[in-house]
Amino acid sequence: MPALPDLLFYGFAGLTLLFGFLCVANPLSRNPVTSAMFLVLTICSLAGLFVLLNAFFLAAVQVLVYAGAVMVLFLFVIMLLDLKEEERRKLNKVALGAGTVAVAVIAGILIRAVTSVKPVADKLVEGTTKPLGKILFTQYLLPFEILSLLLLVAMVGVILLSKKELK
Amino acid sequence: MSLIPGLHHYLIVSALLFSLGLLGVLARRNLLVIYMGLELMLNAANLALVAFSRFNANLNGQVMVFFIITVAAAEVAVGLALIVALYRKRQSAHVEDLTSLKL
Repeated sequence: MPALPDLLFYGFAGLTLLFGFLCVANPLSRNPVTSAMFLVLTICSLAGLFVLLNAFFLAAVQVLVYAGAVMVLFLFVIMLLDLKEEERRKLNKVALGAGTVAVAVIAGILIRAVTSVKPVADKLVEGTTKPLGKILFTQYLLPFEILSLLLLVAMVGVILLSKKELK
Repeated sequence: MSLIPGLHHYLIVSALLFSLGLLGVLARRNLLVIYMGLELMLNAANLALVAFSRFNANLNGQVMVFFIITVAAAEVAVGLALIVALYRKRQSAHVEDLTSLKL
């Protein structure tokens, strides 16, 4: 009888991949709103995987920032643009052949990369707020401050970009 | 490989999720959905980093994921503003209509 966290891994991993597939290649709908909704579900099941990996703080941040802020932004823009549905295209033979070769090469690289790694330690770390905060404000203080500057720059840039007349 | 999930299992999920994101970027024709494919790829990288952090007992990977999430939020804001500006000029967000750089 397998333990509950192991079963949960398979559940969340299957859900993540299923929702991810429905996000990019939904056979029933080409509507961007549907894609966005499935992206939210993908991100939530990824947060579940983060919890299984003991990264509790990141799971919370994932739901708050990605599923909350980023996806609301996406949905706002989708509503704002009022896009028409994209039509299905026919595949041509050259593209299909080139795609198969590319997929084989990428799969080879990924399989090699995955099979060549070995986990080092078996000690457990817990990604709770306290140890993460400690490391963030000591070892990573400078990148953290630069990141806040980056967010400010992005905000100013977005305001400038969305002005009616660009000068 | 055993059935009990270890580093390899998480990395395989991450690789598959990355491939799904890449498929979305290459196959879809709507700029916003292409952007969602990019987000999927970023999330796949995050999953790999968190898995490495867990199985190497090292918190640095999780700090890196925290930074990636922040930068991704900034990137989404700028990218969506660019898409909106483009839509104002061209009345379209489909990549077939944006071929002025094509040779």
